[in-house]
Amino acid sequence: MDTALALDHHRLQSSEEQYLTFQLDGQEYGIAILKVQEIKGWDKITPIPNSPPYVSGVLNLRGVIVPVIELRKRFNLPAAKPDAFTVIVVVNVGERLAGIVVDSVSDVIRLGAEQHCASPEYEGQREREFIQGMAQVEGRLLVLLDVDRLLKPEMLTERAEATPLSAQTSAR
Amino acid sequence: MAIDMRQFHQTFFEESLEGLAVMETELLRLEKTTDSSDGRAGVATNPEILNTIFRAVHSIKGGSSTFGFGDVANFSHVLESRLDVLRDGRCMPDRPVVGLLLLAVDCLRSLIVAAKTGKETDRKTIDAVRDQLHELAQRETTPPTPGACPASTLVPACWRIVFRPSRQIFFSGNDPLRILRELAALGEVKIAVDISTLPSWELFNPEECYLAWTIDFAGRVTREALAEVFSWVMDDCDLDIVPSASMTPSLSITPRAIAEAVANVDAHAGSIRVSVPKVDALINMVGELVITQSMLSQLASHFTLESLPKLFIGLAQLERNTRELQESVMHIRMLPLSFAFNRLPRLVHDMSQKIGKKVEIIISGEQTEIDKTMIEGIIDPLLHLARNCLDHGIEPPAERRAAGKPETGLIELKAYQKGGNVVIEIRDDGRGLDYKRIHAKAIQRSLVAADAKLTREEIAELIFVPGFSTAETVSDISGRGVGMDVVRNNIHGLGGNVEITSEDGRGTRFLVRLPLTLAILDGLSVQVGAHTYILPLVCIVESVRVHPEQVSHPAGGGELYGLRKEYLPLIRLYELFGVEPRSTDLTQGILVVVEIDGRKAGLYVDDLLGQQQVVIKSLQTNYRRVEGISAATILGDGTVSMILDVAGLVRMAHAGSIRGDVAVHQRAPTDVGRSAGSPTIN
Repeated sequence: MDTALALDHHRLQSSEEQYLTFQLDGQEYGIAILKVQEIKGWDKITPIPNSPPYVSGVLNLRGVIVPVIELRKRFNLPAAKPDAFTVIVVVNVGERLAGIVVDSVSDVIRLGAEQHCASPEYEGQREREFIQGMAQVEGRLLVLLDVDRLLKPEMLTERAEATPLSAQTSAR
Repeated sequence: MAIDMRQFHQTFFEESLEGLAVMETELLRLEKTTDSSDGRAGVATNPEILNTIFRAVHSIKGGSSTFGFGDVANFSHVLESRLDVLRDGRCMPDRPVVGLLLLAVDCLRSLIVAAKTGKETDRKTIDAVRDQLHELAQRETTPPTPGACPASTLVPACWRIVFRPSRQIFFSGNDPLRILRELAALGEVKIAVDISTLPSWELFNPEECYLAWTIDFAGRVTREALAEVFSWVMDDCDLDIVPSASMTPSLSITPRAIAEAVANVDAHAGSIRVSVPKVDALINMVGELVITQSMLSQLASHFTLESLPKLFIGLAQLERNTRELQESVMHIRMLPLSFAFNRLPRLVHDMSQKIGKKVEIIISGEQTEIDKTMIEGIIDPLLHLARNCLDHGIEPPAERRAAGKPETGLIELKAYQKGGNVVIEIRDDGRGLDYKRIHAKAIQRSLVAADAKLTREEIAELIFVPGFSTAETVSDISGRGVGMDVVRNNIHGLGGNVEITSEDGRGTRFLVRLPLTLAILDGLSVQVGAHTYILPLVCIVESVRVHPEQVSHPAGGGELYGLRKEYLPLIRLYELFGVEPRSTDLTQGILVVVEIDGRKAGLYVDDLLGQQQVVIKSLQTNYRRVEGISAATILGDGTVSMILDVAGLVRMAHAGSIRGDVAVHQRAPTDVGRSAGSPTIN
């Protein structure tokens, strides 16, 4: 029984993982489904003074104050007006909750090891820090994001802007 | 069927630590009564103190052996026997003895903590203390007046017994082991065996006894009673019973390491013990709430216009239920301040001995209740303030004599409730702040410009600047320059503030103001542009309409507002937060005058929306600390609103030096150069 479970677990761990995919400025991204707590429609966000520009504010998630990250701004993409498809993906990183604003969610897919592909060197080193890997799904490129890195506590500070991200050591 | 004892461990640990706290308090009281009434009389008039201590040790001993914490049980057993010596009047609870017992309390605490966390503790120190406790028991008493305690003059507390049975003792059916056990039943024994007559294996006859014993016996037992134990073998052995010499414990152990190790674990006790009536009250209220809720939903399902009055009645009832529920939930979190205050006498006791000052501490108002989190957060700042009084405030005895003051200094700790705040006062009757020296030191450390003219209040404020210390030598008590700024920061973190006042030669007084609870805040909601912010009501002095002719722009770029005879720095909130205001014309908005740490400022906002109670929600749980914002809250419509941190706002305004016109600068030294020679504001 235990072995069977362990095997199952192992199979999930090594060969197949589930990802939530979403659209951002025409590109498809994926984040590990286990990091996702819930998906929420666009809601009024209260801005926080003296915060990095990509932190669009905080949200009341059933009595809990959750910061919301504007992913477009984080990746230096052109801003877009929220529409009916705009959603906030609430992710759970360590002990913290955070919402990320995306254009629209697409699907939940399973990715096998054979679908992962090497990510090439390209310009925009800062954004690369958050990229966990890339995968090919039905001929399209899927960029897999490292949510832990994206939402590390020190990433949410102004300081993170000044110091190169690679110079930062492990999270608290 | 074994019961899983682990489920009770937590309770045992908590009770034990509470018991130790009680012991500490009582021991210090014991010392005080002993000091004031010349020894024995103190104990005689106050047997209840010893009994309380005794009960605490006893329950720890009982609990620990039940749960299988052998170390704790052993140590508490030793301690208990020692206390027995005190209780019987065979020994006087003088300073060294109480000191040793306090040390023993520390050891016991560290053992309990070790049992709780599974970590190793400082065995060496504990063993040393245990040995000293043993020695204490063997001390001979010299009562002040012969006959005051006849029992102890006639019967020495300790005996040395040399027991050398004859070789043929086994043939008489006697077993030396039984005798030793019987002795152990009479009192504390320490047995040494003498094997010098033991022959080599070839000559060894298993039916003969070659051993002899030397027994150090502790306990108030007459020689006859001891001899009685040996009555069966009296003719069959050499027996020598003599009263043993007295020994004085030498206090050479530093309790610091243990105390510190314990303090680390102690700080985060994770549960509250709540009295049953409080819980019952809570359940009653929840019951009422449920009734109201069902009444309302019934009303809603068949709603007609006729039942409108009923609806209003229901809503009023709901409001009352909610308020009562809130109050009693708050009440559960409230603990008396004595939990924090009780730490201080021990600190004063230890430290005053160390630095050779005579200090008495007087505590009042310790029953004042405050939120549990506050208690945890206020302990360190309080300890630090008390340390400051001891180290900097109270003079050495000689200096006090010269100044015509009693040799024993006084530290007064007072707590009381004032409005929505709890106020804690720490006052000493020492030399007071040395304004000249503080000023000189601040200039030396380039915290202020050399030619800056400061008022006394501003100089006093300097001690809260990071990196400031006037102590000439760095001791482990104070003088490292980390301290008062941390104290202020911690107190601000709790939503309170701290002020200092001082009189030359008369003493210094720290005034700490804390909100009653961290969970709910009385606030004033203000509007800035499209945003709503909450200002804590405690900081607000008044709100005024701006008269443009009262606004002045002194050199340096700031804005000042003249209100009656005061000039306040004017802070435009929209500018500080970078939001779009409704209007930048000062006459269109309102100036809210706030006060923090004795300094005032005017916050310019668009409008006042109203006063309300808000539930404080942490921003840091999921985000981080934001300058100028203490927390968030959720408004009635479900949107999030920021609660302003007034101290932070004032600091921000200074740091940005856009409005930096008050002469005291709390930030980097670089601020100072810019503001040298700027007007001084009272």
